[in-house]
Amino acid sequence: MKGNFGSFVKKESLHILRDKRTMLVVMLIPVVLMLLFGFAISTEVNNINVAVVASNRTDGVKDAVEQISQNEYFTFCGYISPDQIDSKLRSSEVGAVVVFAADYDRRVEQASKGIPSKPLIQLIVDASNVNTAGSATAYLQNILLKSDAQQAMFETRMLFNPQLKSAYNFVPGIMGLIFILVCAMMTSVSIVREKEVGTMEVLLVSPVRPVKIIFAKMIPYFTISCIVLVMILLLARYLLGVPMSGGIWGIFSLSLLYLVLSLSLGLLISTIAQTQIAALLMSAMVLMMPILMLSGLLFPIENLPSFFQVLSNIIPARWYIDAMRKMMIQGDAITAVWHNCAILLGMTIALLGISLKKFNDKLE
Amino acid sequence: MSDIVISVKNLTKQFGNFVAVDNISFDVQRGEIFGFLGANGAGKTTAMRMLCGLSYPTSGSGTVAGYDVMRNGEQIKRHIGYMSQRFSLYNDLTVLENMRLFASIYGLSKKHTEERATELLNQLNFMSERNTLVGSLPLGWKQKLSFVIATIHHPDVIFLDEPTGGVDPITRRQFWELIYKAAENGTTIFVTTHYMDEAEYCSRVSIMVDGKICALDTPTRLKEQYSANSMDEVFRTLARGAKRGG
Amino acid sequence: MKVFIALLQKEFLQIRRNSFLPRLIIAFPILVMLLMPLIMTMDVRNVNIAIVDLDHSSTSHRIASHINASEYLSLAQSTAEYPLALDALKHGDIDIIVQIPNNFERDMTISTPERISITANAVNATKGSMGLQYTVQTIAKALAELQCEKSPINVQELLTVENRYNPTLNYRYYMIPALMIILFILICGFLPALSIVGEKESGTIEQINVTPISKLTFTLSKLVPYWIIGLFVVTVAMIVARLVYGLSPVGSVATIYFGAILFIFTISGFSITIANFSDTMQQTMFVMFFFVMIFMLLSGLLTPIDSMPQWAQRFTLLLPPRYLVEILRSVYLKGTTFIELWPNFVALGIFAIFFNTLAALTYKKQA
Repeated sequence: MKGNFGSFVKKESLHILRDKRTMLVVMLIPVVLMLLFGFAISTEVNNINVAVVASNRTDGVKDAVEQISQNEYFTFCGYISPDQIDSKLRSSEVGAVVVFAADYDRRVEQASKGIPSKPLIQLIVDASNVNTAGSATAYLQNILLKSDAQQAMFETRMLFNPQLKSAYNFVPGIMGLIFILVCAMMTSVSIVREKEVGTMEVLLVSPVRPVKIIFAKMIPYFTISCIVLVMILLLARYLLGVPMSGGIWGIFSLSLLYLVLSLSLGLLISTIAQTQIAALLMSAMVLMMPILMLSGLLFPIENLPSFFQVLSNIIPARWYIDAMRKMMIQGDAITAVWHNCAILLGMTIALLGISLKKFNDKLE
Repeated sequence: MSDIVISVKNLTKQFGNFVAVDNISFDVQRGEIFGFLGANGAGKTTAMRMLCGLSYPTSGSGTVAGYDVMRNGEQIKRHIGYMSQRFSLYNDLTVLENMRLFASIYGLSKKHTEERATELLNQLNFMSERNTLVGSLPLGWKQKLSFVIATIHHPDVIFLDEPTGGVDPITRRQFWELIYKAAENGTTIFVTTHYMDEAEYCSRVSIMVDGKICALDTPTRLKEQYSANSMDEVFRTLARGAKRGG
Repeated sequence: MKVFIALLQKEFLQIRRNSFLPRLIIAFPILVMLLMPLIMTMDVRNVNIAIVDLDHSSTSHRIASHINASEYLSLAQSTAEYPLALDALKHGDIDIIVQIPNNFERDMTISTPERISITANAVNATKGSMGLQYTVQTIAKALAELQCEKSPINVQELLTVENRYNPTLNYRYYMIPALMIILFILICGFLPALSIVGEKESGTIEQINVTPISKLTFTLSKLVPYWIIGLFVVTVAMIVARLVYGLSPVGSVATIYFGAILFIFTISGFSITIANFSDTMQQTMFVMFFFVMIFMLLSGLLTPIDSMPQWAQRFTLLLPPRYLVEILRSVYLKGTTFIELWPNFVALGIFAIFFNTLAALTYKKQA
């Protein structure tokens, strides 16, 4: 029987290897995602165009403008007249406008002497982009109010990610997404396709035990996922410089557990779905959407409305991504995330049990 | 218009190094039922797809209904009907909706479409099923329906690719009655099959082995030539030498 | 034309008879527009702060109460032990630790005090850096207030801020136009491709290929239903945005429709092109997924294009959604006019023509 099992695995591998385009895409998706997140996408706001309105370009104003244009976050786009403010903001040419009072210099002087003064600077920001507006306000306030002196009162530290790379946070998220994509979506579709075409029946009447056929289908996808896993870890470590100080074996073994979990999800979907489209849509709706939205991959869980926060507990990716972040970036050992591991293990056992039972029920 | 409806000279189709159809030549007369036989993989379907304008020949020439297979593929399509190995009507449309769809595709007027549909439905005794979804019909019915829809625009030639695969003997008989009827009306039938009893019904039969045509004549003369009692024996004698297929 | 109408009828019948598609087309946009704005918030709020108060002075209490009062920050823990707070930070319970040194208040009056130390968990870089900014500002404000009670000047009041176009800094208003675009990509991007590949897999396309239908007619019959569905989706999305989130476009609705139509043309043409190159659904889905992923991440839907490096910014010029992102956000929130946005419309128009032509050309009736 062992020989049979081997030949089934071989058949499945051939299926996958022959479809070069799908293979290419499966391998390409993680790499491209890593590169994009690592080098192209940044949630940090670091380039804001600023225009200035000043009826008198006094030394004080020039001084302030000089400071704005020297700041790495801002590009100074020139002086404009007050009636241009709206059109410049509306056409997105600038993200913020700084309006200096006509008697700016005098008022600064007054203020420095301790004489109360009306506002001397007005900041108009394009708040249609909320994060950009927030950052622009904060940075400009610091520059214009010369609160450097105040800043000196603080000693700030960025733990775990001192260079503030957005990529760090996304790598575990990408892993949580990719393995579901490869394992769950691809296995479910390939099992359902055999059902649709009718070859499944041929396999089932063969003397090999049905469970073995299913495992044979899963092994190639499991192998691909392992390759992808190694690829992601290498890219993360050597290209993006993610520390991964929590121990590579912990990261690896938890990922393997997650792979098994994804495969059981795929099997479960294949027992429910009758057509490939149904399997694809189910994977997309039940697996992909929740992972993208509720696992903390893009949107922090603590920002969600409480109903969704509770809901996010049943999403395996949430626990996996959380544990990976701690191990890969914070350098926690696997023992520090035992809580997550236990939940994932429980979920895996439950899903595997249910899907195998459903699969066997279908046969009878 | 001449009485030769299909004329093929040295037609060849190559996929990489594999020569699927190797230099075949033959003519088919108007109103003939031309049987196109061969083991699996002998190249029948490939040859037929070239004649229907679904696939470009690698070399050689041919005309179907007076149009060149190399240059006028789209013209050919106006004058032929085609029924593929796989059932390929829309399962999620009803019998009548499928008929109307293909009638409009071939440019039948609205009035003509309704007349044709009634005529064909009566021919099949299908009137009561006209609003049934095609997907829920039994296979034999589907095949008959595919056939009459392939004739809806009165084509010069109808290409049938193993039309009776998996169909019960009674339905098979009915199917061939439809074919005879169409041939009597002057439509040329070009049919591939694996059933040797069906080969006996054809006016002329060609047998393909390994991409080449190695016999072409009426069933009676082929049996004489190979001193066989049935077409089945003729076929076995010829197919024995095949290197590929199975 | 008659052939085209017959084919169009067939498409609509097929969509209607499908057990899943009509429900998907109606329910999906409504659900997405209802729920997603609640979920898709990347603004930094709920930053949990732990204060390690070694000073126990009125100053440190004032700092604590300011932090608690901030709309961005919340005081989650107050302890005297830094390691305890650090554990909580590692565990994810808190995001930022503020440590106020011993004798801070006393030293402040005499000379320069020991510095307040702020430690942020920067695993999530945005949250870390913005949270830190907010914390520094809040504490600075608290200290300024203290100063102010001694001297009459409050530095913070010298500057006023106007958040134009979105005064309440509502993140949902920022995301809603983006969500509409995501809907177009998902519905008008995936469905036409699946419909073509479905015909390939079931073999019906071969029956079509032996008929004299022109490539253009058949391709158009596949496209038009999804153009109509796309228009339906825009309308539904705009109604939900209006009724549920009270967001209606400041600019002209016609401009929005025009942009949406051009984009729907583009994405459905793109979808058919992909399908023409694919043989199986699995293949189509994965290839589409690959492009959709790039569209979503690089078009400025979720993260600002301005923050990308130069080469990436140049690359985004090749992505059709980026132009619609610009159009929809500007018209919806800022009331930008068609004339101000014309280059975006030109770009979308070129893409629409390009992909639809490509779709018709790459459809092969003959092999």
